Amino acid sequence: MSATLDLTLKIWRQDGPKDRGQFKTYQLKGISTEMSFLEMLDILNEQLNHLGEEPVAFDHDCREGICGTCSLMINGQAHGPDHKTTTCQLHMRKFHNHDTIVIEPWRANAFPILRDLVVDRSAFDRIVSAGGFVSVNVGNAPDGNSVPVPKVNADKALDAAVCIGCGACVASCKNASALLFVGAKVSQYALLPQGQAERAQRVQKMVAQMDKEGFGSCTNTSECEAACPAGISVVNISQLNREFLRATITATT
Amino acid sequence: MSGTVDQIGSDRLVSRVPSGPIAQKWDKHKFEMKLVAPTNKRKYTIIVVGTGLAGASAAASLAELGYNVHAVTIHDSPRRAHSIAAQGGINAAKNYQNDGDSIYRLFYDTVKGGDFRSREANVYRLAQSSTAIIDHCVAQGVPFAREYGGTLANRTFGGVQVSRTFYARGQTGQQLLLGAYGSLMRQVGIGRVTMHARREVLDVVTVDGVCRGVIMRNMTTGAIESLAGHAVMMCTGGYGNAYYLSTNAKGCNVTAAWRAYKRGAFFANPCYTQIHPTCIPVTGDYQSKLTLMSESLRNDGRVWVPKTKGDSRPPNEIPESDRDYYLERKYPAFGNMVPRDVASRNAKQRCDEGQGVGTSGKAVYLDFADAIKRLGAKAIEEKYGNLFHMYAKITAEDPYKVPMRIYPAIHYTMGGLWVDYNLQSTLPGLFVLGEANFSDHGANRLGASALMQGLADGYFVAPYTVGDHLVTSKLAPVGTDHAAFREAAGQAEAKTKQLLGIKGRRSADSFHRELGHIMWDNCGMSRNAAGLEKAVGKIRELRSEFWENVRVLGQGDELNQSLEYAGRVGDFLEFGELLATDALKRNESCGGHFREEYQEEGEAVRDDDHFCHVAAWEYKGDNAAPVRHQEPLTFDEVHLTKRSYRE
Repeated sequence: MSATLDLTLKIWRQDGPKDRGQFKTYQLKGISTEMSFLEMLDILNEQLNHLGEEPVAFDHDCREGICGTCSLMINGQAHGPDHKTTTCQLHMRKFHNHDTIVIEPWRANAFPILRDLVVDRSAFDRIVSAGGFVSVNVGNAPDGNSVPVPKVNADKALDAAVCIGCGACVASCKNASALLFVGAKVSQYALLPQGQAERAQRVQKMVAQMDKEGFGSCTNTSECEAACPAGISVVNISQLNREFLRATITATT
Repeated sequence: MSGTVDQIGSDRLVSRVPSGPIAQKWDKHKFEMKLVAPTNKRKYTIIVVGTGLAGASAAASLAELGYNVHAVTIHDSPRRAHSIAAQGGINAAKNYQNDGDSIYRLFYDTVKGGDFRSREANVYRLAQSSTAIIDHCVAQGVPFAREYGGTLANRTFGGVQVSRTFYARGQTGQQLLLGAYGSLMRQVGIGRVTMHARREVLDVVTVDGVCRGVIMRNMTTGAIESLAGHAVMMCTGGYGNAYYLSTNAKGCNVTAAWRAYKRGAFFANPCYTQIHPTCIPVTGDYQSKLTLMSESLRNDGRVWVPKTKGDSRPPNEIPESDRDYYLERKYPAFGNMVPRDVASRNAKQRCDEGQGVGTSGKAVYLDFADAIKRLGAKAIEEKYGNLFHMYAKITAEDPYKVPMRIYPAIHYTMGGLWVDYNLQSTLPGLFVLGEANFSDHGANRLGASALMQGLADGYFVAPYTVGDHLVTSKLAPVGTDHAAFREAAGQAEAKTKQLLGIKGRRSADSFHRELGHIMWDNCGMSRNAAGLEKAVGKIRELRSEFWENVRVLGQGDELNQSLEYAGRVGDFLEFGELLATDALKRNESCGGHFREEYQEEGEAVRDDDHFCHVAAWEYKGDNAAPVRHQEPLTFDEVHLTKRSYRE
C-alpha cells in the first residue's frame, strides 16, 4: 500500500550568517509515502554526502513533535501543509508524485540564519528570561494541594503552556510578531494562582524584551494560530492585551 | 576485551551510604555534610552539562543558593532537552488518593521493580524527595491535571497497585521541563547562570586528580572552548541511541559521559537497558527513530493478540473468544500494568510464536474499545489526546476506531556513570545526575520514575552534596590557561581533524545504523553468550572500518552537523562494545537484562549468589581490557525474593 514519489526539491543553501544564500534544486526518486519529511531530507543528505556535496543543515531532535527544534517553511507554510503538525511529524503521504517542494528557513529579523535552514531562536529564551516564570526558589513550596485550582483554569493554563517554542508563529506572520508565543506564557500564569504575585510586571517585562529583540507588531491576521503545531489559540493574544492594559492601569511606579 | 579482570569489593567504589535507620540516613547525612557559608558560595563556580530535568533543575537550584553557574547544552535552547518528550507522568508518595501509599511503599515498589539491583539508600532518598518535587513544581506554575474540586489528579503506572502518578495530559515531561527551564532562565536573567547553548562537551579536564572543567565545541563557529570551575555536573541523559532506533531524540548521545569514563569515571551496569513495551512499530529501512506511546495508555488500553497464528482478520472482526489478552491472563494481579520489562518480553514471545499482527508480524494490539465504551471518547481524549493525535499522524490510522499496533523499543538506560551516595563519580569533582548516572532504578525502571529521579537529583540532592566536596577538597585556583586544559583542547581539535581527514566512502549514519542492528539483534530484548560474543567481534570490526572509511564533509570551523554526528557515532562504536561485554559478564537475568540461558517459564531468573552487585567498569586505555569492579548490594529492608507480578 505504500507508494513512492519522485520529487523536485528547491532548498535554501547558505554557508553562514554573512553569506547571501541561494536556492539549489535537487531531484529525489523513490521516496516512500510512509516516510516523514525529515526522513526524506535524511535520504537527500545521504545522497549528497555520497556525491561529495555538503549535506543540508537543518535543526531537528525529538522527531515526535514536542521539542520544538525542527522548523522549515515548506511551500511557504510553516511546518508544511498538515494542520497542527510539526515538520518532523509531517509525512510524505501529504505530497504527490512529481511535486516540487520549496524548503526555506524561518525568515525573521529576530531569527538570524546561521546556516542553510538553521536559524538562531535565542530571542525566545531572552524573552522568557525577562519574566516568563514564577519566582520561587526551591524549598519554599507549600503542599501541592494547599491551593485548589479550578479544573477549567488548570486545563486552560495547560492549553497555553503546550507551546513548543518552535517559532512557527513568528515565521508565518507577515510582521514577524512574537505575540502568540509571549501571549501563551503570559496567559498560562495569569490563569493560575501561583502566577498572581508577578502578574503585572511579568507581562511588562516580557513585552519590553520582545520589542527589544526586533519582533514586529500584531495586526490580528491569525496566521500564527493557523501555523501553530501545538494548537495555541489567538485567544492568548487577547489575554495578553488585557494583561498589558491591566498592568498599565494598576502600575505603581 | 575478552580478558576482562574482575575486582571484587573494590576500594575505588566507596558508596558513602550513611549508617543508621534507612528513614533517617538522608537527614543525618545532610547534617553531617560540611556547608558553604552563604557569602562564600559566590566564590565557587559550578559547570552543569545538559539542561534536561536534572541539569536545568540543578543549575537553577545552585544559582538560587548563590553559586556561579555555567550551563551547557547542545541544543539551540535549554528547553529542547529530551526530558521534554516524557509523556506519562511523575510519581510521588503523596497518598492524595488515600489508597495506602507512603514513602516506604514507593521505595519498596522501586527496589522490587528494579529487580533488586539498585542501592537501597539511594532509592529511599528518591522516594523521600518525591513529595517535595510535586510541591515545588506546583509552585512554579506547572499546570498538572486537576479534579473538579481543584485538587491534583493521579493515575496509575506499571508495577504498582496505587495511583501516585501526577500528570499533565500526555506531556508531563514538557511541563516539568518548562518549569525547570523557567527557573533556569530566571537565573540567567539575573546573571547567576551563564548559558552556553549550541555547545557540545568533548572532554572533562582533571587537575591533580580532580575534575575542574570541560572542553566544548561551539557548534555555531566550530571553535574549541574551555570552562574552568570547582565542580562539574554531568546531566547528559542516557545512551539508548547506541541502538540507532530508539525513542530517544536524534541528538541524544553518550559522548560527554564516555569521555568522562576515559578520564577516570567508572561506567556502571551499561547492559541495563529498558525496552519500552508500547512504541509504534518499525515500518521501513529509512526509519530514523521510534515513537513511544506512553505507558499510561495501559490504564485504559488492553493488550491482546489473536489466539491463532496468522489470523489476518481486521482486529474489529476478531471476536472476544478468539483474542488472547495475554497480560491479563498470565498476571491477574497486575494485568496490563505489569512492569515494562515483563510487558516487553511477553510481546516478543507472542510475536515469536507467530501471533503478532500488522504487515511485519512484529506488533501487538493496544485496544481502547472497552474504555471508550465505558468512559466515552471525550474522556479518553482528555487523558491521552496528544498521544492519539501523534499516533494518527505517524500511522494514518485512527486509534479511536482501530486498536493501536505497538511493539517494544529501546527507551531508557538504567546504567550510567557510577556515583556514590553524594552522586559523585569515581572522578572527584565530577557529579552525575539523572539518567546519566546508574543509581536508582536497578535493572529496570518503573514508569513515571525518570522525571522523579532527574528532579530529585537536581533540586534536592546535588545542590547539598556538592557543598561538602567544595569545602573538604583543597581546590587550588585553576584557570583555562592551565596546561591540562590546553592539552585536552588540543586532543579535541586533533580528533576533529582526524574525522575530517579520513575522507572515506560511508556516511556516519550508515555506520550508526549498522551498529544499531548489531546491538538490537544480539543485545536487545533477549541475549545469550554466543550472540554477545559475536556482537563484540562485529562492533570491533565496524569500529576499525569507521576510522578508515567514514566520510565527513565540510570544515571544523563552521556549523557542521556531519562532524558533530560522526564524533558521537565514533563514541557509540566504543561504548557499544562495553555494553555487550557487560551483558556477557552478567550471567543472570534481571530486569531489562534478559539472558536466555537464565530463565524459568519465560521469566527472568536472577543469581543473587554471584551477581547481587553493581558492575562498574574502569577504563584502562584504548587497547587494554577494562577492569570490572564490583560494588556489593545489600538488602536490609526489601528482602531479596523472586519478583512476581502474577498474584
